[in-house]
Amino acid sequence: MAANLDPFQSAHSAGPGRRTILKTLGLGAAGLAGIPLLAGCTGGSGTAPGASSNSLTFGSGSSDDVPKAAYKAVTDAFTKKTGITVATNVVPHNDFQNKINSYLQGSPDDAFTWFAGYRMQYYAGKGLLAPVDDVWDKIGSNFSDAMKKASTGPDGKMYLVPNYNYPWGFFYRKSFWAEKGYAVPKTFDELKTLATKMKSDGIVPIGFADKDGWPAMGTFDYINMRLNGYQFHVDLTAHKESWDQKKVSDVFDTWKALLPFQDPNALGQTWQDAAKALEAKKTGMYLLGSFVTQQFTDPAVLADIDFFPFPEIAVEGTDAVEAPIDGLLLSKKGGDNKAAHDFLAFMGTAEGQNAYASVDSSNIATVKGADTSKFSPLNKKCADTIANAKHISQFLDRDALPAMANNVMIPALQSFIKDGTVDVKNLEAQAKTLYAAQ
Amino acid sequence: MSTTAAKPAGAGSEPGAAGQTTAGKRQLSSGRRTGKAGKVRRLTRRDKLVLGIMVGVPTLIQLLLVWLPTVFSIALSFTRWNGLDLSDLKGAGTDNYRFVVQDYPPFWPAVQHNVLWLVFLALIATPLGLLLAVLLDQNIRGTKIYQSIFFTPVMLSLALIGIIWQLFYNRDSGLLNYLLGTAGTPAAVDWFGNSNINIWAAMVAATWRHAGYVMILYLAGLKGVDPSLREAASIDGANAVQTFFRVVFPAMRPVNIVIVVITIIESLRAFDIVYVINRGTNGLELLSALVIQNLVGEGQVIGVGSALAVILLVISLIPIVFYLIRTFGKESKA
Repeated sequence: MAANLDPFQSAHSAGPGRRTILKTLGLGAAGLAGIPLLAGCTGGSGTAPGASSNSLTFGSGSSDDVPKAAYKAVTDAFTKKTGITVATNVVPHNDFQNKINSYLQGSPDDAFTWFAGYRMQYYAGKGLLAPVDDVWDKIGSNFSDAMKKASTGPDGKMYLVPNYNYPWGFFYRKSFWAEKGYAVPKTFDELKTLATKMKSDGIVPIGFADKDGWPAMGTFDYINMRLNGYQFHVDLTAHKESWDQKKVSDVFDTWKALLPFQDPNALGQTWQDAAKALEAKKTGMYLLGSFVTQQFTDPAVLADIDFFPFPEIAVEGTDAVEAPIDGLLLSKKGGDNKAAHDFLAFMGTAEGQNAYASVDSSNIATVKGADTSKFSPLNKKCADTIANAKHISQFLDRDALPAMANNVMIPALQSFIKDGTVDVKNLEAQAKTLYAAQ
Repeated sequence: MSTTAAKPAGAGSEPGAAGQTTAGKRQLSSGRRTGKAGKVRRLTRRDKLVLGIMVGVPTLIQLLLVWLPTVFSIALSFTRWNGLDLSDLKGAGTDNYRFVVQDYPPFWPAVQHNVLWLVFLALIATPLGLLLAVLLDQNIRGTKIYQSIFFTPVMLSLALIGIIWQLFYNRDSGLLNYLLGTAGTPAAVDWFGNSNINIWAAMVAATWRHAGYVMILYLAGLKGVDPSLREAASIDGANAVQTFFRVVFPAMRPVNIVIVVITIIESLRAFDIVYVINRGTNGLELLSALVIQNLVGEGQVIGVGSALAVILLVISLIPIVFYLIRTFGKESKA
């Protein structure tokens, strides 16, 4: 189009300026029109095909400085050991998660970072991932049964190689509890008794923050697993069980007894605020993942932090631990690349995970025999809790359909925190529609 | 939908739409230049080509970036799709709409909040902007400085405004609770966390910005009012208030229409502030936030999100159609 204009431009000197503008506009339009088309072919790295066996591409959603450097340490160690080069593409983690659909369908990297749970199962079921049973034959003995279960796809094949995880539990300040004479509660009733005592001492017994919506899921998950068992949690979040049943309303009824002890300002604060309140001894304990310790920058405070598992209620004692696992997967394309299998196998050894933990020490390595010499007592306790767990759950927003967790459960839990009511019939109605759309 | 599309076409005989005006001018100039032996050829081939490009390219852009996505959204709102394989695309009839209206708890609060937002902007923010404009139009000392101050929030993104207002509203360390003397005490007002209060807090923050916008538009409008009108009014014995409401304000009719449309559109697309505060949950539900929640990111449910987007589109069309009817209706009468 633009080229056709040129003859006219020379023939008539009427308005070359205008013509030039037109031409530019035309080109601009062509450019603009191109954008959606280009955006259509996502991924776009288009690097080495699977056949070659001395290089692989690695997509990483770990974009924060520390985890990014930690994965660099892993790939460096891997390259040093095997001579296989790894081309890493780091994508900001929110983008990585949000665009995973188009990423996996476009031209994904051979290996990439992801989580255990429903979302791994879902893509495995859709055939977008490559199974890594051959890798697990080599590294299987390095992991606990709970880890192995969490890495298995819906077809019984292995898909994930776990890297690290972090447990959820009640965190508290040892010195504060010693001073007040509080003891770690073993049962739910003891927890309530303790909370009553704390309340009469003028402190908020249980720190709580749910402005962001997701932290409250931890309380729901734990009460659900302690009341109905781990398997029910898995079936419920996968929508094999109905939300509209007594077992679910029982969870909320049980929680209701705890609500008066949880921070009434939960809906206005973030978990960072609640962590500060725990540090300032305004709250007695706080149920969160062990990443809460990132907020305690004062080493004296950090050394004063301890944690205990969510007390038992009805079944399975404290067998189940909520400990979201992060690890590596192979895309369908990466399945053809032997080097990518080798890389995942390396991640599943103490050597690989030590390389990671040497940089990022805020998480717990999942492999047996990982270096624990640098562990703080708290880290050690976290690691033991996970190692002794019979079941590891992945947190509601990883175990359930993300739309269910984000669009349905966040508003539902927030309104429950507000007025103590929840409409399980409506939860089921929404679940039905959302899961049907998958 | 059809109303908007039909209206410009209907007004085609009048030099209304931008494209038509351009075409008219081209006709005149080309007629003059290429006239041969008294016979006026209306368009040369070159003119046709240029015209074709001038009309075609914008149409193509419009089609590609506006109409196709709109049509796709409408189509998708009647389907269930996981966004993966086209073979997973299944018709759902009106299920998504039924879901939104009946089963999706945040929907009706969102509609209410959008209406509340509109009423608040229309009754408080816009009149405030008008008041500022009138005051600053009085040639008071330092008027430029005041104008700049009031206009600054307009230049900031709403997301940034959300962050700035967090500093005012923070429960423990915010300025507002400090002034109230409740900071750090259990009586502290939880401006963003209390679902009865946070929508008002957000609307005040939005007003801070909207008023500056309205002020600038009215300042321009006031400058454009013929001074002889005021003179005539004062000769007729009108006082300042009468002059303003009976003479100046009606004379700014074009600005008024723009302001009405802007106010409505601002209330419909209000999004950033609530998203910054808590992603539009817990008392801050807005239609736009629900669309984002359901279409972007991990919580993506394409059918439901599209249905919400279509509902928002239909609601948005009302003020747009109103505006177009007023604009073109006026011009065809003139």
